[in-house]
Amino acid sequence: MGNLLNILKKSFKYTLPVLFGYIPLGFAFGILLASKGYGPEWAFFMSVIIFSGTGQYLIVSFLAAGASIPHVILMTFLLHFRYFFYGLSMIDKYHKIGKSKWYMIFGLTDETYAILSTETPPKDISRGAFYTAVTFMNHCYWIIGSTLGAIVGNILPFNTKGIEFVMTALFAVLVVEQWKAHKNHIPALIGFVIPIISLVILGSEHFLIPALLAVSVILMCMRPIFEKEERL
Amino acid sequence: MSDFTASMGIVIAMAAVTAFTRYAPFIFFGRGKEPAKWIKYLGKLLPPALMSVLIIYCISSVDFIGGSHGIPEILCIAIAMALHAWKGNVLLSIGVSTVLYMVLVQTIFV
Repeated sequence: MGNLLNILKKSFKYTLPVLFGYIPLGFAFGILLASKGYGPEWAFFMSVIIFSGTGQYLIVSFLAAGASIPHVILMTFLLHFRYFFYGLSMIDKYHKIGKSKWYMIFGLTDETYAILSTETPPKDISRGAFYTAVTFMNHCYWIIGSTLGAIVGNILPFNTKGIEFVMTALFAVLVVEQWKAHKNHIPALIGFVIPIISLVILGSEHFLIPALLAVSVILMCMRPIFEKEERL
Repeated sequence: MSDFTASMGIVIAMAAVTAFTRYAPFIFFGRGKEPAKWIKYLGKLLPPALMSVLIIYCISSVDFIGGSHGIPEILCIAIAMALHAWKGNVLLSIGVSTVLYMVLVQTIFV
């Protein structure tokens, strides 16, 4: 027990930036979820089994619209395609780490990945223990933040009209981060133009899937051009 | 009850697919095995494209012809982006733009 506490204590400071991010972001998710009539038990449950910020913001709109399961599957797959590549780069790091590896993989969010892929564990703690502790603490912050948000959202009498913008704001931020991270801005621009065309033609209820498919196909068609540019 | 079942279905579906995207590399690609080039290519270019698609998705049900003409949405997205390009602080960008949006739709663009 003493050892476990020591591990958590030593790993805690590495998770501080995530603590300050997950509590408020989780809290906002909880309020958003509550505004659609879902209680804290839903927030808790989702944060335990999904554990993804972008996914859980998006799921609120799925729940509100009563989205179909295939729609949810396709959207989630595309949205979380990036996790696949996080995992890929962690294969070596997670090698021979023991059974806790399967929990760490489950908890590989953007933020957890950012810590685990850059930080080295403190000297007296094993890699496996450090990775597990960081993943577990991040998971807890997210669960606590979102559950608290849903509790407050359900009892607080303040006017939450407009709170749904928090999802739009999150994606606006992610657009900027992607823009900064990539030299090639054409994919981002294709991502703007195609859905607008699709929206004008098909309307808000049916535009998304065709737009996603069109964007994927166009990107695949441009592969010879972009791959050539990468090498130059 | 059907509401509960429908909601639960959506939650489970998202949880399952999310877990799949996280476990897949460890199940299908071990050490030293690499995925096909086109998968890597999409992995690099899909995220920036997808974030743009999602922002359009967020405002897809806004009425740009009638009502408030999407002014609060466009304004607050611009503020979130500008603030983020400038300061790079996620909470600041999201917090300021969301609070402003709530004030706008509750007071001016009712």
